[in-house]
Amino acid sequence: MEDDAPVIYGLEFQARALTAQTAETDAIRFLVGTQSLKFDNQIHIIDFDDENNIINKNVLLHQAGEIWHIGASPADKAVLTTCYNRTSDSRVVSCAAVWRMPSDWETGSHESPDDSAHNPQTLELLCHLDDSAHGNAACVLWEPMGDGKRVISLADNHALLWDLQESSTQAKVSSTATLEGKGQLKFTSGKWSPHHNCSQLATANDTAIRGWDLRTMSQIYCIENAHGQLVRDLDFNPNRQYYLASCGDDCKVKFWDVRNVQEPVKTLEEHSHWVWSVRYNHSHDQLVLTASSDSRLILSNMVSISSEPFGHLVDDDELSEGEDNHQEDKSKEPLKDSVVSTYEEHEDSVYAAEWSSADPWLFASLSYDGRLVINRVPRALKYRILL
Amino acid sequence: MDVEVDSSEGVPEEAGRRRRVHGMLKLYYGLNEEGKAPEQPLSLDPCDINGPHFDPELYLNKLRRECSLAELMDQETCMVKQIRSLDSDMQTLVYENYNKFISATDTIRKMKNDFKKMEDEMDCLSTNMEAITDFSARISGTLQDQHAQITKLSGVHTLLRKLQFLFELPARLNKCLELQAYTQAVNSHRRARCVLHQYSHLPSFKGIQDDCHAIMDKLAQELRQKFRDGGTSAKDLSECVELLLQLDEPAEELCDKFLSHAWSRLESDLQGLEAEIRPYPVASAVKDASACRSLSTAAAAGSPTDKSPKSSFLPSPTSNTDILEFIDRGCNEFVSSLCLVITSYQELFINHAQTGELASKNIPQMANGKLHVFVDDLAARYFSLVERRIQEEKGVGDNSLLVRALDRFHRRLQAVAKLLPGSTVPNKGTEIVIRAATERVKQYLSALQSFYMDSLTDVRQALATPRLSVAGASVAGGGSHLGSMASSRDAPTSLPELLSSLSASILNQIKSVLASVHLFTAKDITFSNKPYFKGEFCSQGVRESLVVSFIKFVCQSSRQFCESAGDKGGSTPPALLLLLSRLCLDYETSTISYILTLTDEQFLVQHHSPVTPVTTLCAEAREAAQKLLNHYVKVQGLIISQMLRKSVETRDWVNTIEPRNVRAVMKRVVEDTTSIDVQVGLLYEEGVRKAHSSDSSKRTFSVYSSSRQQARYAASYTPSAPMDTNLLSNIHKLFSERIDIFSSVEFNKVSVMTGIIKISLKTFLECVRLRTFGRYGLQQIQVDCHYLQMYLWRFVSDENLVHFLLDEIVGSCAHRCLDPAPMEQSVIEVICERG
Repeated sequence: MEDDAPVIYGLEFQARALTAQTAETDAIRFLVGTQSLKFDNQIHIIDFDDENNIINKNVLLHQAGEIWHIGASPADKAVLTTCYNRTSDSRVVSCAAVWRMPSDWETGSHESPDDSAHNPQTLELLCHLDDSAHGNAACVLWEPMGDGKRVISLADNHALLWDLQESSTQAKVSSTATLEGKGQLKFTSGKWSPHHNCSQLATANDTAIRGWDLRTMSQIYCIENAHGQLVRDLDFNPNRQYYLASCGDDCKVKFWDVRNVQEPVKTLEEHSHWVWSVRYNHSHDQLVLTASSDSRLILSNMVSISSEPFGHLVDDDELSEGEDNHQEDKSKEPLKDSVVSTYEEHEDSVYAAEWSSADPWLFASLSYDGRLVINRVPRALKYRILL
Repeated sequence: MDVEVDSSEGVPEEAGRRRRVHGMLKLYYGLNEEGKAPEQPLSLDPCDINGPHFDPELYLNKLRRECSLAELMDQETCMVKQIRSLDSDMQTLVYENYNKFISATDTIRKMKNDFKKMEDEMDCLSTNMEAITDFSARISGTLQDQHAQITKLSGVHTLLRKLQFLFELPARLNKCLELQAYTQAVNSHRRARCVLHQYSHLPSFKGIQDDCHAIMDKLAQELRQKFRDGGTSAKDLSECVELLLQLDEPAEELCDKFLSHAWSRLESDLQGLEAEIRPYPVASAVKDASACRSLSTAAAAGSPTDKSPKSSFLPSPTSNTDILEFIDRGCNEFVSSLCLVITSYQELFINHAQTGELASKNIPQMANGKLHVFVDDLAARYFSLVERRIQEEKGVGDNSLLVRALDRFHRRLQAVAKLLPGSTVPNKGTEIVIRAATERVKQYLSALQSFYMDSLTDVRQALATPRLSVAGASVAGGGSHLGSMASSRDAPTSLPELLSSLSASILNQIKSVLASVHLFTAKDITFSNKPYFKGEFCSQGVRESLVVSFIKFVCQSSRQFCESAGDKGGSTPPALLLLLSRLCLDYETSTISYILTLTDEQFLVQHHSPVTPVTTLCAEAREAAQKLLNHYVKVQGLIISQMLRKSVETRDWVNTIEPRNVRAVMKRVVEDTTSIDVQVGLLYEEGVRKAHSSDSSKRTFSVYSSSRQQARYAASYTPSAPMDTNLLSNIHKLFSERIDIFSSVEFNKVSVMTGIIKISLKTFLECVRLRTFGRYGLQQIQVDCHYLQMYLWRFVSDENLVHFLLDEIVGSCAHRCLDPAPMEQSVIEVICERG
């Protein structure tokens, strides 16, 4: 069972922002936002042809500024949000906006693939997610599995819940939550929980992780000193509602049960520098992807704290009916948490990694030097999980 | 002549002269005293006047030839004189002999007359004797009848005396009873018992028997009463039992009674002991302790009721009597009285019964069984008390006391073992000793552990002291007493001294603990030759659960420093981490094997069960050392990182002014790095550098900046190529090895410093990438990086690493710069040198 070689795609610019096109469930598609102070920034739409192992790209211009964060609407393939820096009058301002891709970007690229680089189309601005009172957006979060009408933006020490109206051309702040405390507090990242009817939000600031109830916009839990240093990223387990993964500058990845915030359930220490991103696989939550500035991407198999700690239960039943006992015993062997594989295709710090929304066995990672690598879960593991 | 000589000896008073004369005569006749042949040299000379071969003619001729006239004259007179005296001597002898012969003849004649008279008298005697015999026969014939009668009468007399004894028996018994001469009474009764029993069909005897029975019953009653009272001494008691046994009391009942009585006495002993265990108070040490001892002994002897007041009038809760005293008391009171009970019991019921008629009734077996149950019960209670007392023995100060106490305890139980061969008591006692020993080992382990933690606290304080004194100095006036305190205890504050004092004190502590534990196996201790103390105690107890556990604990606690401190804001001072790391490394290289060898030698361990090998422990220690050192690097790197991060994050790099100086934070970074370098250098060796480290910082830096960097900027200026990512940098990365930032370091200074600098510079890089810079911002970073380059290269193993990372920083900064106009290299150098 030879695993497929990774597919590498190089961008001309440095890049940090990566997301899967959430609303797209058929094609494997990722969106990458570039960072350049001197040239027009771009959004690369990367299509991966799984059968032929070929990448197709389309470029859209994002002239507003360098992109720090990108998010795709879960309802509308064409809608996305970015957080970007705009420089004006020797001042750098962080902004957030909702954009729509031009409707014909796909057809255009197919007709003249060579021209796309030279005459890229431009994103259509739908609305700004800026409030005069709250600046410096760090990231914008879409409501998971929602109808694409609600987003949260984290700006400085505020979490703003926006209602998008009139097919996203107008944004209105429906409620806000403010982090109070000593010093200059600032949200670094956050995640909207897909559980509890999407009524919870988790945010990170400095070394703490906080949970918020969006109905009352009040704090519901707080993990002080979740990491020794800055918390860089969070992700919710898609299947276990109280489980949360976090990563940070202490090189660790921690798994939390938010009902007991004293101790992490599990800690991983595989990276040798800051961990910038942590992502649960959308369907098999034992698979966890972490990206770090040690230029590595690590795929871990966290069976013990997954929603299927003893393997696939349904398959067990099937086995006991049909297969012989030997195989049954084999399948019931306690599975151990382990690092599945370490990917070293990157040469620079990897700031983002994402699972594909279409193929649960495929993921992309993006390093600062603009290298996007698409990898698959090793087949052996894939079959062990499936069978 | 011989006859004459013999007879002459009868007269003693003239013996002297006679002998001389006799000698001369003998000489004359040539006889020596034995009457043998004369001596040859004398006899052969014919001129010898006294010799037998004397020839007068020859002699005369010789004289005439040889001597002068005068001499001849003299010779002649002398000769004449001699002849005369000889003649007179001869006359005297002849006369004397003649006299004797006459008197002898007279005596013989007289004897002849006397014998004749004697013969006549003998004849007369024999006739008289015949007559006497005759008379005597006649008399005895006549007295025959009377003799038989007298014999009969004397027989009757004896019988009557016996009857009288019987008739008087009741009265006598009563009297004995009054006088409490029980032994006599029982003896009397026993003598009469058979007779009375035999003739009981006769009414008179029956009466006597009944009377006796009544009296004896009373007596038995009294004896039983006495027996029950228990106030009597053991000797009295045994006497009692003996008598009762003789009175046919049922032995079983007696055994029970005896034992129950003994029980109550031993019980009071035990209660005395128990009262001592209870944390009741000794007010004024010695006096009260002795008072209470006498009191409790009194209580042990007498009624147990006076124990309740005792605890009330000694109110203040302080320490009990020490364990040796306690065990001593237990031995002297309980064990010895137990032994006494066992001996007397065996004497009474077993040895005694074995000889007598009681043996047939299986009494010894029964008695023995009862005794075993009794002893086991009591011993169990005693043991539980002893164990409770031992458990209270928590302080580990003086082990010898405990060992001596245990030894005494164990030794005294051997007496019981000797008395009662099949008993389980000694085994249980040994078990208690074993349990106490293992418990003690555990206590030592925890004592060692707490000692270790205490030492660490001391080290922490010592490490904090210099800072304290600095603080005191800065506060100046206010903190005068603080400063003096600091100066008073600033003795060993340098790291190597602290390390050596720490490891020495730990080692000493281990040694002293080993010495203490060693007491358990000393030769003069009775239980030391038990198989447990020879084998398992040494290997499992001392080696495994004391020494090995302690070493493991050291490693484990060290590792805990890494884990807890990492998350909760670095509560452990980095210097302590460094120190512990070195300690663990020292343990790995030498201390562990030393300690284990020491243990094995002291305890002569023969390992029957598998023990932890030295290598495993060493590996563990090394792992701990590695982890600590890694953590040290992480913590120190973090401190510097934090400074760099803050300095990058808090500044507005777009609108900064033209750099005139190296930023203060960079100086601080270099200072801190230098002091860390010094600190690490105190404990770790230098380590190996890459060969070209002797290059001056300037030269390498100029290469780095002029060629590579300028080329990079040039690339980014050309607007025709929208290649923002730098080709050169990527090519460089392709061929250079991947740098692991938070990686394991080696046990040397250079490696440690490399690790710290790596972490710091990588942080710098990541922070720079998150910011946007103006022209002067870039220039400031250039200046800062050059400054770092000037000072940091000397700390690391491979200076290319520093170059590369600084390169990356400046490169990234250039990318993040809105107006990338780099500063002239010469200007940078001037600024840096001025700073």
